[in-house]
Amino acid sequence: MLYREAGDFKTTYGEDSQTFPIRFDRLGYYVTLLVAFGVIPLIINDYWASAVLLPFLIYAIAAIGLNILVGYAGQVSLGTGGFMAVGAYAVYKLMTSFPDVPILIHVLLAGFVTAAVGVLFGLPSLRIKGFYLAVATLAAQFFLVWLFNKVPWFYNYSASGQITVPQSKMLGYYITGPQTSATAKYLFCLIVLVGVAVVARNLTRGTVGRKWMAIRDMDIAAEIIGVNPLNAKLTAFAVSSFFIGIAGALFFAVYLGAAEVTEAFNIQKSFLILFMVIIGGLGSIFGSFAGAAFLVLLPVFLKNVLVGQLGWPTDLAAHLELMIVGALIVAFLIAEPHGMAQLWRLAKEKLRLWPFPH
Amino acid sequence: MPVSHAEEGYITADGRQIGGTLMELRNITLRFGGVVAIKDISFDIRDGEIRAIIGPNGAGKSSMLNVISGFYIPTEGEVYFKKVKRGPMKPYEVARLGIARTFQNIALFDGMSVLDNIMTGRLTMMKSGLLSQAFWYGAAAREEYAHREKVERIIDFLEIQNIRKTPVGRLPYGLKKRVELARALAAEPKLLLLDEPMAGMNVEEKEDMSRFILDLNDEFSTTICLIEHDMGVVMDLSDRVVVMDYGRKIGDGTPDEVRNNQDVIDAYLGVAHD
Amino acid sequence: MPDQVLYAMEVTLNGLMTGVMYSLVALGFVLIFKASGVFNYAQGVLALFAALTLVGLQNGQVPFAHVINATLGTNLSTFGWQLPALLAILLTAGVMVVLAIIIERLVLKHLVSQAPIILFMATIGLAYFLEGLGDVMWGADIKKLDVGLPQGISDTIERVTDGWFGYGFFIDNLDIVATVVAVLLVAALTIFSQYSKQGRALRAVADDHQAALSVGISLRFIWVLVWSIAGFVALVAGIMWGTKSGVQFSLSLIALKALPVLMLGGFTSIPGAIIGGLIIGVGEKLFEFIMSSPDLGGAWFGFTIGATENWFAYVLALLFLVFRPQGLFGEKIIERV
Repeated sequence: MLYREAGDFKTTYGEDSQTFPIRFDRLGYYVTLLVAFGVIPLIINDYWASAVLLPFLIYAIAAIGLNILVGYAGQVSLGTGGFMAVGAYAVYKLMTSFPDVPILIHVLLAGFVTAAVGVLFGLPSLRIKGFYLAVATLAAQFFLVWLFNKVPWFYNYSASGQITVPQSKMLGYYITGPQTSATAKYLFCLIVLVGVAVVARNLTRGTVGRKWMAIRDMDIAAEIIGVNPLNAKLTAFAVSSFFIGIAGALFFAVYLGAAEVTEAFNIQKSFLILFMVIIGGLGSIFGSFAGAAFLVLLPVFLKNVLVGQLGWPTDLAAHLELMIVGALIVAFLIAEPHGMAQLWRLAKEKLRLWPFPH
Repeated sequence: MPVSHAEEGYITADGRQIGGTLMELRNITLRFGGVVAIKDISFDIRDGEIRAIIGPNGAGKSSMLNVISGFYIPTEGEVYFKKVKRGPMKPYEVARLGIARTFQNIALFDGMSVLDNIMTGRLTMMKSGLLSQAFWYGAAAREEYAHREKVERIIDFLEIQNIRKTPVGRLPYGLKKRVELARALAAEPKLLLLDEPMAGMNVEEKEDMSRFILDLNDEFSTTICLIEHDMGVVMDLSDRVVVMDYGRKIGDGTPDEVRNNQDVIDAYLGVAHD
Repeated sequence: MPDQVLYAMEVTLNGLMTGVMYSLVALGFVLIFKASGVFNYAQGVLALFAALTLVGLQNGQVPFAHVINATLGTNLSTFGWQLPALLAILLTAGVMVVLAIIIERLVLKHLVSQAPIILFMATIGLAYFLEGLGDVMWGADIKKLDVGLPQGISDTIERVTDGWFGYGFFIDNLDIVATVVAVLLVAALTIFSQYSKQGRALRAVADDHQAALSVGISLRFIWVLVWSIAGFVALVAGIMWGTKSGVQFSLSLIALKALPVLMLGGFTSIPGAIIGGLIIGVGEKLFEFIMSSPDLGGAWFGFTIGATENWFAYVLALLFLVFRPQGLFGEKIIERV
């Protein structure tokens, strides 16, 4: 009764290829936007922002970026942490060198810097494929972390090796620095996320998206029908790194405030985002959101239960959390290797027929 | 066997226009290490005709098609397309010349829908850049819909409207072959190469496919070069036939000429020769 | 002989030894990849788990003591006994076999036809799980591993090289033992793989699951066998590394060191794992030595850099791969249309 396509005819190609063709979905999308922009900023507090909402928004951006590279273009990358670091350090250098430029510009510029670095480290993908490529991207990960740790120019020669974000304002509100309100941080990240998601959606439904998927599915055939593999793969690395760099910049500047590269952007971060993409669903923008939400909420939930409810010592809880996350990942991969996006799709299929069974 | 260099066209018995030489292969030899897949073969393909390459298994037909499509670079010999010598090119550059093909083992993109697969055929003609696609509304969207319209005509032509949103991985073999043909057609090629288009089909499907091929050639003046095992199909469809055996050319002419050629008969019946 | 050359020789020898240690871990990867096409990220954690279990059994620790204490309020720690090293090793090997069976039944069986990236991610999940399990079972504090292997600098070598060169080389006794063990292990594994019935079955499974099934090879048995052998190799690696630097979490990160070895040597080659390990070990140590020395790197380039060991192995392997995408000994990937 609720979820129907019948009677909803599309008369132009534009309508046929829109993001939410089913009216119910469109409504759901508008409601979500309304809540995100209208309701949450009014009720948000520091705890929720820093524990759940900000990480979710920022990791969602990174997951969208990685999904483009791994899910759409089929190039496995384990260097996400390193690229986020590039974004973070780029925005740091930009903000400290040009303090009067609005932070949004700096974040975008940091994205471009990361895109360039991404293209550089993506060059091996022209010769190396599959697993070998994944391991090759680890070279990027380790090298970049070492670089930002050892070369003092990157952290402005500070004694601690840490980078701390300078205060900055936009439109009269603090966006970074200790005086920033949770609402400002949240809205800033939300706006960037919506922009990223829209651009990602547009790219993946057009020509370049098809080129990526062609390379992913059968790169030899793709080349034979006219796809230039160099162009397609490097574009994937560029766009993906652009988004991941933005995420890294936001992660440091808005969320953490201060960062040390070996803690904040190590290989565990790369795995985390890759898990989000795979559990969320490869090749799906919605999946990137779902995976980010899942892997942000899970540790928070576990900590509340284990330490809060059962009163166990925190180190024991941390070990158990590791076990549970590991087990859940394996279980998820066994049960639904196509991720939450697939589960969602199946649920919608059932819903379209409800209350009929088939 | 002389290679015909006729420059004037002619009109076939059923009223189709055949033009001059479109593609010419001269003294093609293809070696893989010690194995000689093709030995000194020359023939031509004329504009607007349907040319078949036939021969027993292992004769080197698919390799020949790969040479024509630029995927293999011949060890010796030259390829001329539209009278211009074609140097070693990357496969995607060849696609832009106007040569499209289908594959023996189906090379579709399983993760995409039928519509998206066929749209990939239009890639060489899509011009909008990354930035314009990122913003979608405006130039990129207009180009997308213009190409969509062309693709929809092909979908109508091949009668696959009801499966356009289906992921290709889920389709049965016969429909996959049709989608692959659609993708090749979407490129509006000058020369269409078909690698065993009838393989694995039953009689009705073969009749459908034959009809499509003839219509293609008739309506769009597409030159077609196909590899096929089914003799009935070959004799009915083609204007001229090349026969290969053990990497050499043993026959070249109209279906009737080839049918009565003793070497060809021997090859198929398996008479040993040097 | 000039000092720098002597230092370089010493560094090279140490590099070779380190390389052998890397190879020990890489071997486990190769075995599993050969037989099941799975890249087992958990191999490093298996080594850690094996080492933890060994120490725990040797010292009579109560497994899960921490959890039991937390829930029941007790204060358990040890059973009070000490097991002889050899017995503890045998028992731990048994534990690894049981672990292999459990992993096959709960994880591998269900992921048979999935894409390699999914399998890889599953092994990462497995790694997290085992790491947590090891900590919960035996505690996360650093432990000393002692199964009677000789430690410390080798006096013999020091004396001998002093006699030859006037400069005594510092080579660890442990590294020498590790080299011998590694050679024996590789020889045993190669013989097993080439000449035994099971070894042949293993190679069949690595080539084509379906075909192997159709000639009656039990896929599941082979997988249990392979993961058990890999577990045993992990145990050996765990003993070596654990004796060298103590049993602690960083042991599991050794896996990350093995990856460049595999990239270089090819994921499916046992000799490749050894040669790759040697090249990486020597390359890494020499690069660090040259770049951090004011007389060499400092003089040539005008600056010195340190801690390059974090990434040099990867860059070296990456360069190799660009020229030879399947590694030195890996199988060439042939694609046909």
